[in-house]
Amino acid sequence: MLTIKDLRASIDGKPILKGINLHINAGEIHAIMGPNGSGKSTLSSVLTGNSRFTVDGGEVTFLGKNLLELPPEDRARMGLFMSFQYPVEIPGVSMVNFMRAAVNEKRKFNGLPALSAAEYLKMMREKSQLVEIDSRLTSRSVNEGFSGGEKKRNEIFQMAMLEPRLSILDETDSGLDIDALRIVASGVNKLKTPETSAIVITHYQRLLDYIVPDVVHVLYNGQIVKTGGKELALELEEKGYDWIKSEFDNK
Amino acid sequence: MEKVSSTAIKNKLTALYRQYSDSIAAGMPAAINRQRESAISQFDEKGLPEKGCERYRFTDIMGAFGHTHGYAIGPQKEQVDSQKAFRCAVPGLDTYTITVGNGWIDTQNGNLPAGVTVTGLAEGAQLHPDIFEANYNRLAATKNDTIISLNTAFARGGLFLYIPDNVVVDKPIQIVNVLSGGNPLMVNQRNLIVAGRGSQAKIVFCDHTLAERQFLLNNVTEVVMLDGSQLDCYSIQNLNDHSSQISSILIEQNAGSQLLANTLTLHGGFVRNNLEVLMNGQHAEANIYGLSLPCGHQHIDNFTYIDHAVPNCTSYELYKNVLNGDSVGAFGGYVLVRPDAQKTNAMQSNKNICISPSARMYTKPQLEIYADDVKCSHGATVGQLDENALFYMRQRGIGEEEAKMMLMSAFAHEVVRTIRIPILADRYAEMIENRLRGKQAACGECFMKCDKR
Repeated sequence: MLTIKDLRASIDGKPILKGINLHINAGEIHAIMGPNGSGKSTLSSVLTGNSRFTVDGGEVTFLGKNLLELPPEDRARMGLFMSFQYPVEIPGVSMVNFMRAAVNEKRKFNGLPALSAAEYLKMMREKSQLVEIDSRLTSRSVNEGFSGGEKKRNEIFQMAMLEPRLSILDETDSGLDIDALRIVASGVNKLKTPETSAIVITHYQRLLDYIVPDVVHVLYNGQIVKTGGKELALELEEKGYDWIKSEFDNK
Repeated sequence: MEKVSSTAIKNKLTALYRQYSDSIAAGMPAAINRQRESAISQFDEKGLPEKGCERYRFTDIMGAFGHTHGYAIGPQKEQVDSQKAFRCAVPGLDTYTITVGNGWIDTQNGNLPAGVTVTGLAEGAQLHPDIFEANYNRLAATKNDTIISLNTAFARGGLFLYIPDNVVVDKPIQIVNVLSGGNPLMVNQRNLIVAGRGSQAKIVFCDHTLAERQFLLNNVTEVVMLDGSQLDCYSIQNLNDHSSQISSILIEQNAGSQLLANTLTLHGGFVRNNLEVLMNGQHAEANIYGLSLPCGHQHIDNFTYIDHAVPNCTSYELYKNVLNGDSVGAFGGYVLVRPDAQKTNAMQSNKNICISPSARMYTKPQLEIYADDVKCSHGATVGQLDENALFYMRQRGIGEEEAKMMLMSAFAHEVVRTIRIPILADRYAEMIENRLRGKQAACGECFMKCDKR
């Protein structure tokens, strides 16, 4: 599904990613953990094509294509989705129009005809039930006036609508209370198939109680310094990141 | 642009008036003629407004007057058969339609409700002498603007529109101004609108150029809203790049009257809109909106002047610009709250997006408040499209151009949604989208290449 080789990236000349290597197979969930400033969000920004970051080297292959040479919209249409840490409010653009444009652009990219209004509304209804989002939210402007929890739920709703192959959940748990966390996680689990994969970026182990990872990576100082099974997350929760930092810094 | 001095133009126009004053007055009622002399004297004395003065801070009016224009005393012989030519009717929108060629009424469609009068200016003075005498040039004479004086001196063509007390006009009245002909032309159009007590009407002005000539349209519209009247004034401006328009709409609101004004400037080489409201009766309410979409080398300036002369009135203003190319936009919003005008509620907002790095926007709110128990606010912003929103949309698979379009349409929507004729609002949205996509803003089947470059 996704192969990252020696990926290096910087912002304003400051190196953030210093050689990331990662391989994700279809059906796998990978958690990426790490202390603040380790480069977790930079990795998701670079993968989705945010132009604020400069790629300094390395390769990323997604579904057999060179991901780094594609514009953000083509990456998305191929099935790469990111749940934003801070979803953007877009006043005046209705959720209905926004999602219709997104769904139909993806269909066009894949050689499918646009959905009829009736088909589209049916899809909206079904997916909003699936992820338990209030239909009042989907009839408003994109994220406008939504609470933190509502915004995150709306991200999962969009994920359901777009049926991505690879989802990056960037700190989806931040700012969520335990009930909202459970609803968001259950949405993600319902959408999981043997054909889809996910990267779950998080500070805390909490989310991983609900979305159980196959592999856990620890990112520190722009590199993956440790990889293990889901028990690694528990160990980090117990011991914190300091032992990893000192292990790495002493090398 | 030819280099001509402002004084030379002033002398030329004054001389033109002096030379043809007999023809200009011929066949026109005394109510109009007796205003001419003082108006031309004022114009001659003060000349065209200088850039930088109070009212014209960001706009050099020579952008409009610095070209050579012809002038016509009456309707031209070779009028365009606008009845045949004009197919700009909004599909599904049933209106009383009046077409006006170079300032003169051409055709009229539909039977207006009993008592509602739409005639030429001179006929109006004869049909309703009392109403005409009482109101013609009453508001205009108080304005310290020599471009309005120029219009008063030359006034011949134009409309008189009267809605009697308590008459509700069931359909919108659409006034289609067409500028056409083979030569550059200056048109001074003068309109007087009187809305009787408790009357209700929606008026849609459409200003178009029909030929690729330099036109200078200097229109002055005085609007008197009597107690409890409700008026919607929509204005769509779509002129070619060589043409200039100075549109002054001067409104008096009496007790309990409600105004909705909405000005959409799709295209025009040089546009200056003056929208001035005198709150002259308590509990009057004015909602004023404007949207301009300048591109290329266009210059679009919206100036509003809200005079709260009495207590308990509300005014709300929202003007927006989306600027592209090397265009220049300006907004001047003057709000005066006089000492007696307690409990005034005045809000003003001007929001602008510069799409291109070389577009420029000037904005100047100006509030003068002499009463102490009032609620007044103002705000102005100039910015670019939200980069974060653009990336968010692209991450969902929406292409960059489409994402920009959606953001610009959303920006415009705040003005469009105030239109109280749903079909017209849809048409606005469509015209705006076409305009922003660089396509013709023309309406559907219309053959007029309004924005042909």
